[in-house]
Amino acid sequence: MNYATTENPADWKLPSARKLGILTLILAESALFTIFVVAYLFYMGKSLNGPYPHEVLEFPLLGSLALFSSSGTIFMAERCLHAGNKPGFSLWWGITAALGIYFLYFTGAEWHHLIFEKNLTLATNTFGTTFYSLVGLHAFHVIVGVLLLLGILISALRGRLHSDHTEHVEAISYYWHFVDCIWIVVLTVVYILSVRVPQ
Amino acid sequence: MSEEITIDANYRSPAPVRAGDEPGSLTRVFQQLVFTVDHKKLGLMYIGAGLLFFVIAGLLATLMRIQLAFPNNHFLPPDVFNQSFTMHGTTMVFLVGMPLAFGFANYLVPLMIGARDMAFPRLNAFGFWVFFFSGLFLYFSYVGAPGLYAAGSAPDVGWFAYSPLTIKAFSRGHSTDYWTLSLLLGGIGSVATALNILVTVFCMRCPGMTLGRLPIFVWCMVVLAFLVILALPCLSACQIMISLDRYLGAKFFDTQAGGDAVLWQHFFWIFGHPEVYILIMPAFAITSEVIPVFSRKPIFGYPIMVAAVVAIAFISLGVWAHHMFCVGMVSLANAFFVTSTLLVSVPTGIKIFNWLATMYGGKLRFELPLIFCIGFLFQFLIAGLTGVMLAVAPFTWQLSDSYFVVAHFHYVLIGGLLFTIFAGFYYWYPKAFGKMPDHKLGLWHFWLFTIGFHLTFLPQHFLGFLGMPRRIYTYQDDRGWDTMNLISTIGVAFQAAGILFFVYNLIYSYIWGKKSGDDPWDAWTLEWATTSPPPEYNFAKFPIVKSRRPLWDAKHPEDPDWKHE
Repeated sequence: MNYATTENPADWKLPSARKLGILTLILAESALFTIFVVAYLFYMGKSLNGPYPHEVLEFPLLGSLALFSSSGTIFMAERCLHAGNKPGFSLWWGITAALGIYFLYFTGAEWHHLIFEKNLTLATNTFGTTFYSLVGLHAFHVIVGVLLLLGILISALRGRLHSDHTEHVEAISYYWHFVDCIWIVVLTVVYILSVRVPQ
Repeated sequence: MSEEITIDANYRSPAPVRAGDEPGSLTRVFQQLVFTVDHKKLGLMYIGAGLLFFVIAGLLATLMRIQLAFPNNHFLPPDVFNQSFTMHGTTMVFLVGMPLAFGFANYLVPLMIGARDMAFPRLNAFGFWVFFFSGLFLYFSYVGAPGLYAAGSAPDVGWFAYSPLTIKAFSRGHSTDYWTLSLLLGGIGSVATALNILVTVFCMRCPGMTLGRLPIFVWCMVVLAFLVILALPCLSACQIMISLDRYLGAKFFDTQAGGDAVLWQHFFWIFGHPEVYILIMPAFAITSEVIPVFSRKPIFGYPIMVAAVVAIAFISLGVWAHHMFCVGMVSLANAFFVTSTLLVSVPTGIKIFNWLATMYGGKLRFELPLIFCIGFLFQFLIAGLTGVMLAVAPFTWQLSDSYFVVAHFHYVLIGGLLFTIFAGFYYWYPKAFGKMPDHKLGLWHFWLFTIGFHLTFLPQHFLGFLGMPRRIYTYQDDRGWDTMNLISTIGVAFQAAGILFFVYNLIYSYIWGKKSGDDPWDAWTLEWATTSPPPEYNFAKFPIVKSRRPLWDAKHPEDPDWKHE
């Protein structure tokens, strides 16, 4: 079979499979989150019994600050990697993981407070159901993100991170930014909007 | 063609054969199946597993039809009947329709775009095995789900599992949990495979295969993958919510604690309606390949065909509540969903007319694939017309949950989807096995199955008009439903005979079929440019594409397509 051609195959450029893969995964995850966000919005102000959001929820300032700034630190880490600055990469990447872990600690402390002092569990009312499932789903994604961050950090510290791993690193940073963006939505819906809705 | 295939530098020769490990031995075959990441093997495994579940779910349907053949029949007890329609629906949607679509996509997409494999071969194997075990898990419920009444209990809440049927109080034991966890698992596998298809198409095309030159089959699979990516996570969310309700006492759908049963319907159908278009997408895909090749004309209106598929997918994301006209939504919501649903018929009509226009003036070759596709055109038209009727809210108020609805969606899924799946089987069988399917056996299959299909489902339209509700396990003899129910059941025998001819043909042709050569249909897409069956690496040299019909260009250098496109 003769594929005589004037087009030069060397000019043929295609998008990176890893990047498109992680973006597609993010699209699927967004659909998953959408349903839980809609469930939260739907049941807002409809709980038959307390405790209600405005009674128990406090604005998670420190946790949110940690998570939002981690988007900046992961960006710095990537810049170091592109510049070939490996110690800088490990430093910024480590800070990112630490901020993620702090966010998880913060969420854990918040849940402990809600469960043991405010008597709000998943089974208490529809607020408890939708709150724990939405925030818990996000926290689960943070856990996955932190594990990925630590995996890269370990291989970086052992000197096994090379220039052909930049796409892996980029894919994880896309995922981390996504987890951050979801937190903006959760923060707005749960901690800003629902505490203002009358019961 | 084959003598020009040169082994390239990247191709590694197979590992040396160890004792007891020679090709063809049972352990070797088993190893090849379990360890393979080859998209062609995985595609065939998807299709094989889909056929297996198709036969099982078909047998369940046969049992139900026997039960309904006569009034006051006691062939199946009511609880077994409930389990049967639940398992039949769930299996056909998740373990037959989607795996067959993924199987065809897996086998053909890399070949059609001139790639050597999918973008993520190991993820591909993961997707298949997760799907397969989710199916086994669902069927394990028959023996492994100790219910309240019996040792084994399959799910019995219907394939859309309306709340509050699924809450602990009404579904004791673990049968619903088998349904929930199986679909959660299967959803993960489906998203993995859909992601793989998307990435493969956008990142693995051979030089010159621009998006505007993709075969329409590939375009349909891209749209299918997009719908899976958007819809299946919604189903996963539903399953997570049911599990939280059942195991941790959450209140999502617990109506006594302020939960809302209608919310389940919304969430389920936000997944469920795009799912319908996920299921019909292979029909569009296969028809758009078969009709041009067997009419000896390029597809009529390529860009508008692609636009129509994209438009159908887009609209399908906003029509879900037409399944819920009877729950008492506000008039504005009813009006919106009536309008959006009616809108679907416009791009669908465009597709039908374009297929007809492709055939018009063509030199038709009545081979098996074309015969099945012509059957599809007629039957899908009927399905579409009853669909337009059901889109009108007052009509649905009258006929919702009746046998008219059953007839409608079986015309879509059997008359539409299954007929094109058969067409696809006969069209690509030579590619996968190097043998021609037997024409005469195929004709027996076509006529028996077509007659049986219409005998079974045409009367069900009228049963619906006469008020027969779906999901009832028996009926009294004074309703005037008995004759048509009997005809409907007799049709099943014809369908089963047709399927026997089909399966026999697959085996017969594999052993005794004529050798097909690489390109028996004189086709135009890239999968026919390699040997039949293709080597593991598909193409020794990446083809270079300059038009929508690369093989036409290669066969007709004096008048290639790219001069005209």
